[in-house]
Amino acid sequence: MEMVNVRNLKKMYGDVTAVDGITFDILRGEIFGLLGPNGAGKTSTINMIIGLSRPTGGDIAVNGIDVRKQTKRAQALMGIVPDESNLYNEMNGFDNLCFCAALYGMRKEEREPRALQLLEQFRLKDAGKRPFKAYSKGMRRKLTIAAALIHSPKILFLDEPTTGIDVESSRQIRDMIVNLKRQGTTILLTTHYIEEAERICDRIAFLANGQIVASGTVPELMDRVTHCHAIRFITGENAESLAPELQTRFEGTVVTINPDHSLVMVSKNRLSLLPVMQFFHEKGIDVYEARELRPSLEDAFVELTGIESSAMKKEKEKGGRR
Amino acid sequence: MKSWIAFWNILKKDINNYYLKPPNISWGIIFPLSWTLMQLIRSPGGSILELLPGLISMSVLFGTTSMLAVTITFERSGRSFERLLLAPISLNTLVLAKISGTILFGIFNAFVPVIFASFFVDLRGVVWGFAFFAVLMIAITSSLMGLLIAVSAEQVFEAQTFSNFFRFPMLFLCGLFVPIAKLPVFLRPVSYCLPLTYGTDILKGMINGVNIFSPALSFAVLLIFAVLLFVVCRNNINRKWIL
Repeated sequence: MEMVNVRNLKKMYGDVTAVDGITFDILRGEIFGLLGPNGAGKTSTINMIIGLSRPTGGDIAVNGIDVRKQTKRAQALMGIVPDESNLYNEMNGFDNLCFCAALYGMRKEEREPRALQLLEQFRLKDAGKRPFKAYSKGMRRKLTIAAALIHSPKILFLDEPTTGIDVESSRQIRDMIVNLKRQGTTILLTTHYIEEAERICDRIAFLANGQIVASGTVPELMDRVTHCHAIRFITGENAESLAPELQTRFEGTVVTINPDHSLVMVSKNRLSLLPVMQFFHEKGIDVYEARELRPSLEDAFVELTGIESSAMKKEKEKGGRR
Repeated sequence: MKSWIAFWNILKKDINNYYLKPPNISWGIIFPLSWTLMQLIRSPGGSILELLPGLISMSVLFGTTSMLAVTITFERSGRSFERLLLAPISLNTLVLAKISGTILFGIFNAFVPVIFASFFVDLRGVVWGFAFFAVLMIAITSSLMGLLIAVSAEQVFEAQTFSNFFRFPMLFLCGLFVPIAKLPVFLRPVSYCLPLTYGTDILKGMINGVNIFSPALSFAVLLIFAVLLFVVCRNNINRKWIL
């Protein structure tokens, strides 16, 4: 069952195409990640789904509601965390949460206990009476997420939730995201941190130049760039001399020796481990570790989008130390 | 009911965050007071009663247009205004909530010169009921003009510049300093297109008993201006801020 349906979504700013006819669905209760560098169209896509930007073309439905026709009805189901915290600097944490709750029509007797509960949950209870402007970056981001959850939305939109904040806060936010998913909240997350997407997303879409280049689960995306199978063996002494014999015994394999003296067997087809282990056993060689070498999500991203991972890393550095 | 909760809380937040801040309260008192003193020093023999409609109008105009244009531009640059646009409330409710605080601030501004004048002249002859409605209508139309400016400005200083671009010509064309009949013929139609002309005229009638239009006509014109400006502001926000 889908929570979000996006069909041929397009956004143009003058002659510039920011989003170029993308199509995807987000299933209920999943974490869906949009991964791409700055300017790929992630924020433009989110802005159109949440009703802050008008699509040039295409359709968007949230929980079956046509966002273009019934924007306010759809917005009532959404919690939105923008890429920059947008709460009120002059107000304290508690008042900010209560104000956000009031925007969703929550009465005082509902919003105050809920605000306290969220402050507690996000470990901000002590900071609840401090003005928002006195919060650290990590605290600001956490309170912004809490504000988005104040009305218990069905779907949460997180635009670059951990960009520019410290390691500890990033970890806490990722844990919160995973907990929210466990509680049944559907989450759309944009990020340019590949490892973050890999760690928490159920499905990922690679976005480049306004187009979805590939989408699927992490294993599915990695399978798309897995052209051969490789196993690395960490063995006892004298195994290096056996490389030519190993290659002859197992036809179609290429055996290389790593600088750390480990052996890597590469084959077009999946290798069965038992015969190889028997071979080493016959030769009296101890095998301490055998591990399948798979391409990383980063390898998949680079191969499928054509964007160098160094470009993403530069953005990561710009985003702040993690 | 849900819209009402949002409306009331936006209004309350604006009053607490902006209008009740000491710099704004002092602006709301010092600015009208300075205008009053300036006029008295310029024409020492002049009647305070004759000056009062102009002082009230100017106080409301400057107080409302500045405040709304600046606060909204400020919220937009900090992106907190996005939060309001993303809330499940109609644009009508949002616009009404944002201008309500400014209208109250404008009314507060208007009564500073009145209180000041009450120490010097007898104000018992003033028709206060109509005068209050005139102030209210000037505050509404000026607030909406402030909002119109806010929609066009990206930065706070731009909002200030645009405000002055509107306000100063209005002051000289609305019959405050120069009676409309004495304006060059080609400028008179412009005067009739300004809401301040009608608001000031009602005030002149209610305070001094001298007006050129019937109060009913002025109120009707002000109401039309208010509705038109509201619709234009609403549409401009929809068009320019939901890109």
